[in-house]
Amino acid sequence: MSENSGTIIGINGNLLTVEFTRAVVQNEVAYAVMADRRLKAEVIRIRGSYADLQVFEDTTGLKEGDRVRFTGELLAVELGPGLLTQVFDGLQNPLPQLAEHCGFFLQRGVYLDALPRDRLWAFSPTAAPGDRVTAGEALGSVPEGIFQHRIMVPFGLRGAFTVERIAAPGDYTVSHPIATLRGADNEVVEVTLMQRWPVKMPIRAYRERLRPGEPLVTKVRIIDTFYPVARGGTYCIPGPFGAGKTVLQQITSRYADVDIVIIAACGERAGEVVETLREFPQLTDPRTGKSLMDRTLIICNTSSMPVAAREASVYTAVTIAEYYRQMGLNVLLLADSTSRWAQALREMSGRLEEIPGEEAFPAYLESVIAAFYERGGIVRLKDGSLGSVTIGGTVSPAGGNFEEPVTQSTLKVVGAFHGLSRERSDQRRFPAIDPLDSWSQYSGVVAAEQVSLARGILHSGNEVKQMMKVVGEEGTSIDDFVVFLKSEYIDAAYLQQDAYHEVDGASSAERQRYVFERIHRLLGSRMSFNDKDSARRFFQSLTQTTRDWNRVDQNDADFLQIERQLEQMIAEVSQDA
Amino acid sequence: MHRVYQGVDRIAGNVITVRATGVGYRELAQVSSRHGSSLAQVIRLQGGSVDLQVFAGGRGIATDAEIRFLGRTMQVPFSRSLLGRVFNGSGQPRDNGPEINKNLIDIGGPSVNPARRIIPRRMVRTGIPMIDVFNTLVESQKLPIFSVAGEPYNQLLARIAMQAEVDVIILGGMGLKHDDYLFFRDLLEENGALSRAVLFIHTASDPVVECLLVPDIALAVAEHFALLNQRVLVLLTDMTNFADAMKEVAITMEQIPSNRGYPGDLYSQLAARYEKAVDFDAAGSITILAVTTMPGDDVTHPVPDNTGYITEGQFYLRNGRIEPFGSLSRLKQLVNDQTRADHRTIMNTMIQLYASYMETLEKQSMGFRMSAWDNKLLAYGQRFENELMDLKVNIPLEQALDLCWQILADTFEPAETGIASKLTDQFWPSR
Ligand SMILES: Nc1ncnc2c1ncn2[C@@H]1O[C@H](COP(=O)(O)OP(=O)(O)OP(=O)(O)O)[C@@H](O)[C@H]1O
Ligand SMILES: [Mg+2]
Repeated sequence: MSENSGTIIGINGNLLTVEFTRAVVQNEVAYAVMADRRLKAEVIRIRGSYADLQVFEDTTGLKEGDRVRFTGELLAVELGPGLLTQVFDGLQNPLPQLAEHCGFFLQRGVYLDALPRDRLWAFSPTAAPGDRVTAGEALGSVPEGIFQHRIMVPFGLRGAFTVERIAAPGDYTVSHPIATLRGADNEVVEVTLMQRWPVKMPIRAYRERLRPGEPLVTKVRIIDTFYPVARGGTYCIPGPFGAGKTVLQQITSRYADVDIVIIAACGERAGEVVETLREFPQLTDPRTGKSLMDRTLIICNTSSMPVAAREASVYTAVTIAEYYRQMGLNVLLLADSTSRWAQALREMSGRLEEIPGEEAFPAYLESVIAAFYERGGIVRLKDGSLGSVTIGGTVSPAGGNFEEPVTQSTLKVVGAFHGLSRERSDQRRFPAIDPLDSWSQYSGVVAAEQVSLARGILHSGNEVKQMMKVVGEEGTSIDDFVVFLKSEYIDAAYLQQDAYHEVDGASSAERQRYVFERIHRLLGSRMSFNDKDSARRFFQSLTQTTRDWNRVDQNDADFLQIERQLEQMIAEVSQDA
Repeated sequence: MHRVYQGVDRIAGNVITVRATGVGYRELAQVSSRHGSSLAQVIRLQGGSVDLQVFAGGRGIATDAEIRFLGRTMQVPFSRSLLGRVFNGSGQPRDNGPEINKNLIDIGGPSVNPARRIIPRRMVRTGIPMIDVFNTLVESQKLPIFSVAGEPYNQLLARIAMQAEVDVIILGGMGLKHDDYLFFRDLLEENGALSRAVLFIHTASDPVVECLLVPDIALAVAEHFALLNQRVLVLLTDMTNFADAMKEVAITMEQIPSNRGYPGDLYSQLAARYEKAVDFDAAGSITILAVTTMPGDDVTHPVPDNTGYITEGQFYLRNGRIEPFGSLSRLKQLVNDQTRADHRTIMNTMIQLYASYMETLEKQSMGFRMSAWDNKLLAYGQRFENELMDLKVNIPLEQALDLCWQILADTFEPAETGIASKLTDQFWPSR
């Protein structure tokens, strides 16, 4: 079969217009051919005998008349053992290996295998000849770091297949055929440890989708107690620049109670990825005692890397997340920032001269965002086990104003909203999640009644604060004033958390329940003070003692001692006999 | 082989359209007509038509101009003999020195592989407490100064450059006033720093397209020095002029604007430049300090807004002082745990108390009675502003930290500061 090719007749940035003669598939991959290299591209629009292609690379030097080769394949990723601990660009090029080839700088047109072809994996079959299998069912497994990596029937197969042959236990490379399957119409399929999957299609080889219920513990108090995330749920973190989106995701990537974390650094700073890249291998995961890197995978398409690959990167990330979910694992995908991906869509839409929507974003922005978050979820697999993909995306709204298309489209589809406020970050009240505006549809680690009492106080405290701005402290009753102080206390002693402190930085669900129980009692008690200054002094030292408490390990002797000290302090002002 | 064409189909703003074949995207051409000659760059190819952006602008170009395609993209010469020299936006000498044509390097090259970056570790000392204590500057950081017109931002930029211990200083001036250019040049000369500096200057009266080239040229040269193991400081002033030049070109090209006339790729364009800041694994580093003037003192204006999302913090210059709110160095935590045990706590506490002081000021302005606590905050805030925020203050970090403790101790009881008892036991000055 001769290859399908076309001719470039226009170049505008990374958009090529290509004249073709034979059939071309929307979203198929093509390569623009230069003298010394070929540049990967994707068909994004077809009109008559002209196809518009977005090139995933810089197009400098391409000429009118240059050839384009169509591949007939959709943009896909490699799925198999050896993905974990890797650092890929948006097209699944392994960056460290790329550095070995190209040195300090990225070079366009260099595409390496995502999975090492020469590495051997110790395969143990679980299926036997004669077994009837369908897409997604396990044929065996290989150990990949701390996990048993399931080798599954390719997700794209339709109908039932019979296992004809399966490899004996032993060491195989990813491209070695380990099983032969035969379908109803005698179609024969060779299965390897590795399969390919088109990134823009969700993997659906499971029995059913369930409703997310169980909380996903992040160890951030304001999240787990007040605005929780659920396993298989979705959430977003919009906030102005510098408000703490990335730091919050970095903490979550370290402490979240999940099996695998996939970090999609999408159009943000390279330096932030480097921190993860260099630090994770040195950090121990408290759940496994192994390096944190063992459960981590980074997709890195930072802001100065090609824009079209930025768009692909979130899909690459979510596809790999779904793949590990298929093994019965809980996966957390953290995307920073989804706005950069939306901007990549906007840049392309502008070059295509499509009719722009609000702020020049394309009209289909909302459905694209919805479809992406829909790929999160908790599913029952065909063997009855559960697997989940939880998606948390940051949003970077222009001017920090949430009334903009990306934030608004995202809020429509996610299950929790952690809105960061400039005011709180300016005051160094970290994490700067706004305790009044944020919301979550999921249930958290602390009893709901306790939380609603605290939330009530936060709201009334804020009302008193606003009122005081008008009538002053002297015009405020002592009772109202104490409500205000209580709300400030919850904020300072519980909501705020020092991300860089080894104890305070991560608070287990158990500790949150324990501490919040105490704080809840304290909030409920009636206190009497002679005047406002003594009330303020009392709450200042209560805050300081509680903050000291937060910094002490729960197993330390000091922990109980400070707790007693707190109880004493409260007893002194309490009116409840 | 140079290909030469005669005749221009269309001239709009700085963009001309010619019919030509075999032209590469972003290739350079020499456009010559009666009124002069200029370089131009290919910015669009469409069905045999080539759009070129003319560096010297469209003015004076004749329809029978000669267009000679050069078969290469924009390059600048690189060697140590650049040091001490001044060039314009297309790399031509601005001083009276000789032209340099050897060892040409590409500009706007690919980005550094993140796998070859390292975590920055070195503090850049400035002697300015608002920077050293509260928003420590770190080698390889990219940081803009946000400011309204009229503030002494160029002075601040220059002062940091003089104080910082770097090997090479590269100044990229965009839309610079001629006086400001002379200010930088003279100051570098007086401080004996000109011999380790290269200046690429586009002044307000130069063609707008040359403004667009300045950051790329400056950063390409910086990159090559860094690869020679040099620690390079790049000063870019003013990036808002750069963004406005981009806006002008986008509008000529009839691009759909996204926000207040700026093109939809403003973020990516700015990021491509700022991300050149780097600490290389086994080579030198590039630190970028830029000026971003804010039209109408509005930080949500697209230029400062997009910049803030790209850079690693910002210094907010207002009323001749670096504001504690809004100012931020995101890399500070990489270094401020190795300076002194109290550094982080002092930084957080002082700012929180300053925030309370601002609230009290507001109450006071509304005529409310001041409580004992309010009065303490007022005393505190005054001293903070006079002894720490004033840009005239020039003291090393350690002395500044001691001063912070002194101000706290003169005003508050230890418990009122919220500082952990362990630290107050150690650092609280006795009276
Ligand atoms: N939980 C935290 N504890 C302490 N400091 C924090 C915390 N979160 C953020 N910060 C401070 O705020 C700075 C900015 O945070 P971060 O980089 O996460 O902002 P961002 O919202 O991701 O900004 P951008 O949109 O520009 O990427 C950090 O460098 C750090 O100094
Ligand atoms: Mg961020």
